[in-house]
Amino acid sequence: MKDNRRENSKTGTEPVKIDKKRANRSIAYVTYAFVLLFLVLIVYIVYYTIFRGPEDINNSYNSRQDIYAKRVVRGQILSRNGDILAKSVTDESGREEREYPYGPLFAHAVGFSEKGKLGVEANANIRLLTSNRPLTERVINDFRGEKNLGNDVYTTLDPDIQRAAYDALGSYKGAVIATDIKTGEILCMVSKPDFDPNLIEEEWDEINSDQKKGALLNRVTQGLYPPGSTFKIVTTLEYLKEHEDIASEYSFECNGSFSYEGSKINCYHDRSHGEVDLLSSFSRSCNASYANISTTLDKEAFRNTCEELLFNKDLPLKMSYKQSYVPINNDSSADELMQTAIGQGKTQMTPIHINIITSAIANNGVLMRPYIIDRIEKNGGGVIRQYAPDEYGRIIDEKYCLSLREMMEEVVKSGTGTRLSETDGYTAAGKTGSAEYSSNKVMSHAWFTGYAPCDDPQIAVTVIAEEAGSGGEMAVPIAKKVFDAWAASVVE
Amino acid sequence: MELITAEAVKYILILLITVYTIQCFVVFKQQDEEKANSIYLRQNVEMILIHFLSFLVLYIGTKDVQYIVYYAVSQITTVSVVIFYRIVYRGANKLLLNNMCMLLTVSFIILSRLSYYKAIRQILVAIASLIVTSTIPYILMNFNNIRRFYYLFSGIGIFLLLMVLVFSHAVNGSKLNVNIGGVTFQPSEFVKLLFIFTIAGILSRSVDIRNIFISLAIAGIHIILLVLSKDLGSALIFFMIYLVMLYVATGRLLYIISGSLAGTVAALTSYKLFAHVRVRVEAFTDPFGKIDNAGYQIAQSLFAIGTGGFFGMGLLQGAPEKIPVVVSDFVFSAIAEEMGVIFALCLILICVSCFIMFMNISIKFKDPFYKLVGAGLAVTYIFQVFLTIGGVTKFIPLTGVTLPLISYGGNSIMVTLIMFAIIQGLYVSKDKESHERQ
Repeated sequence: MKDNRRENSKTGTEPVKIDKKRANRSIAYVTYAFVLLFLVLIVYIVYYTIFRGPEDINNSYNSRQDIYAKRVVRGQILSRNGDILAKSVTDESGREEREYPYGPLFAHAVGFSEKGKLGVEANANIRLLTSNRPLTERVINDFRGEKNLGNDVYTTLDPDIQRAAYDALGSYKGAVIATDIKTGEILCMVSKPDFDPNLIEEEWDEINSDQKKGALLNRVTQGLYPPGSTFKIVTTLEYLKEHEDIASEYSFECNGSFSYEGSKINCYHDRSHGEVDLLSSFSRSCNASYANISTTLDKEAFRNTCEELLFNKDLPLKMSYKQSYVPINNDSSADELMQTAIGQGKTQMTPIHINIITSAIANNGVLMRPYIIDRIEKNGGGVIRQYAPDEYGRIIDEKYCLSLREMMEEVVKSGTGTRLSETDGYTAAGKTGSAEYSSNKVMSHAWFTGYAPCDDPQIAVTVIAEEAGSGGEMAVPIAKKVFDAWAASVVE
Repeated sequence: MELITAEAVKYILILLITVYTIQCFVVFKQQDEEKANSIYLRQNVEMILIHFLSFLVLYIGTKDVQYIVYYAVSQITTVSVVIFYRIVYRGANKLLLNNMCMLLTVSFIILSRLSYYKAIRQILVAIASLIVTSTIPYILMNFNNIRRFYYLFSGIGIFLLLMVLVFSHAVNGSKLNVNIGGVTFQPSEFVKLLFIFTIAGILSRSVDIRNIFISLAIAGIHIILLVLSKDLGSALIFFMIYLVMLYVATGRLLYIISGSLAGTVAALTSYKLFAHVRVRVEAFTDPFGKIDNAGYQIAQSLFAIGTGGFFGMGLLQGAPEKIPVVVSDFVFSAIAEEMGVIFALCLILICVSCFIMFMNISIKFKDPFYKLVGAGLAVTYIFQVFLTIGGVTKFIPLTGVTLPLISYGGNSIMVTLIMFAIIQGLYVSKDKESHERQ
């Protein structure tokens, strides 16, 4: 019957009426389809409210934070072992204050929450101002007009290592960072000059007005420095990539400087290194040899390698930081290339970035995202959210990592880093740097970046001491104290 | 005291709307008319309580007498609508009547909280529309020839869309509005209704190939004009309406499939062609990465929803004013922030129950023309709800569609009230027809 009608319609004789049963069935199907769509939407919104919302709102652009502060007592910030790094205390008049038991030790890492926010206090702000105490308790508190107790934030920071780094850096301006190579956990983060977060309100004007002091700047993530000879790690990687087959035959006669196309590169304090191969060029940090190497490099490929190592790019960090910069491109002059190869010129880098590269090399090329917040617990215990180690991906080929590690070990054995050769129960490797930061070539920033132990790397340490002199003499001993503190904590 | 009231009311409101929502679905199963009627009356009580308590909080929180005035006017409005329909159109569908008033109630509450001035404008348009649309059921009861005028309808519709294209100035990349004597009209809202009647008129005459092609051509012209005006949200809604109506008329899944394919191609093409579409997709995929520009709106919306959580911050306790265009496109986020996600989810379910009732009524019509009109209106309504709520919750990219009956906007509320009145009118007159046949 239906089919007959349809055939009729083709001849155009009789109108084809809508089949009501069919239409009703279609209406029912359309209804089901939309109801299903809305069920999915509702499930999504519930999922979002439980899991994603609490993550998303923890954003510095969310200006609802004052509303939270009115209802919740800011939670505690703790070390990896549960030591209290920051807590809220209410005085007799009911005024809530923030207390930092370690004083200036964690000034930049933990930060502060009044007069603006910094560090973990900023990054975990909404977490600290959210209460996951039992619902009934919260409802009762809401009715009473009393504040709920906010969640606690456990960091990855280790107070012993932090203390060692803080003391070792002493009165130098600069930065020290140590990370767990296998996980990306940040174990210590020191920046100087510092301040006491307990006195942030009282001393605010002083800290802020003294522009030159720059105490509020976290130099670990935001200090841009010429990387000096630590950058030779990158140059070596590029050389290995381009000339792997002849790398073992490389040799260069160093007489303290190298001239090419009218530009001249000097070795540190114009010292001549005599005949060097690639290994000794690296371990003894021969600028002339690296200037020579730079003339053999392809600029485009060099730039690509730098970008793979996240120069001129975003770093995988959930905190505020500055991008590192490498100027190399196709139009770069020979002078620029030579300057860059030894980490001078316009190249600028943050300490955390070179720590990331060091970690990746020690981890055979795989970069773990550095993180400082380990977990969120509700007040009184109970994990709300655990942050797991997160792999960023491979940024260096494994075979080059093995070569680079061999060279970094040699630095400590026989090169510029021998102050790390006599250690208590562990072996270390790394690269020093003495970065000239002005036309005054006498003074330099002292750099060291390295890892330990050599056979199964666990910890990566990066040190910069501003205007301290040579990396080997000044930065390596600071790093050694950090490694020692780490080794002591492992033995425990 | 203030805070205690606000807190207590917050939980009571959630309880009331939850009960109301459950009743919306219970009545579908209730065969006994008397029992159903008592449920409807209880819903009215809940509606009035929600209305009263919310304004109580607004008044206590602000100590501003204008909220008392607004409460009185808006409460009288919704109650009179319920009484009017119950007396004048005895056969009217009470679930749709209640839901319409419930959604208006929520609109009055949230808009007066967000902007008293806009809430005033909204209620003036709502009252005028309610008065005008109250005659629609009467007209439909006594006038059965509308189906013949579909060519006129499509002519008017296309003319209006052309006017927009020629005379309108683009806002945010789209041409939407025409200014007539200081009043802003958004013709595409009204053309939707004409379009539904046009397509229903053509397809109810005959679903032979020739008629299907005619309907396709007319739908195509509408959609192309909208795309040329860069009003892609409306183009999408028209497309959906046509696809569903064609499917209902023919029962052929093939049309849905080929239509969806064509729609996908069109979507990809518009992504390539229109910068503002790309911006919205970018904002959808990574709102927080692009928070400085494209992602700002959606990020603020998510902050609001996430901050509110299941129970909300309480009326006046949140910061919904931080969301751009919160009164119109993002009103759902404001509701979620202050009244809670549970309340917001109930609102979604109330919309869904309206849709199911629209479709239910369509199935009962004997006349295929009314079936098509009913299904067309139902899909127009629910698809718009989906686009706006899906958009602000980042379930789908934003389309810039408003939430019917709740969002601020005279055109939107007027057209939605017309839609509800048409369904009521058809529902009432259908009953009459079946009596006569008996």
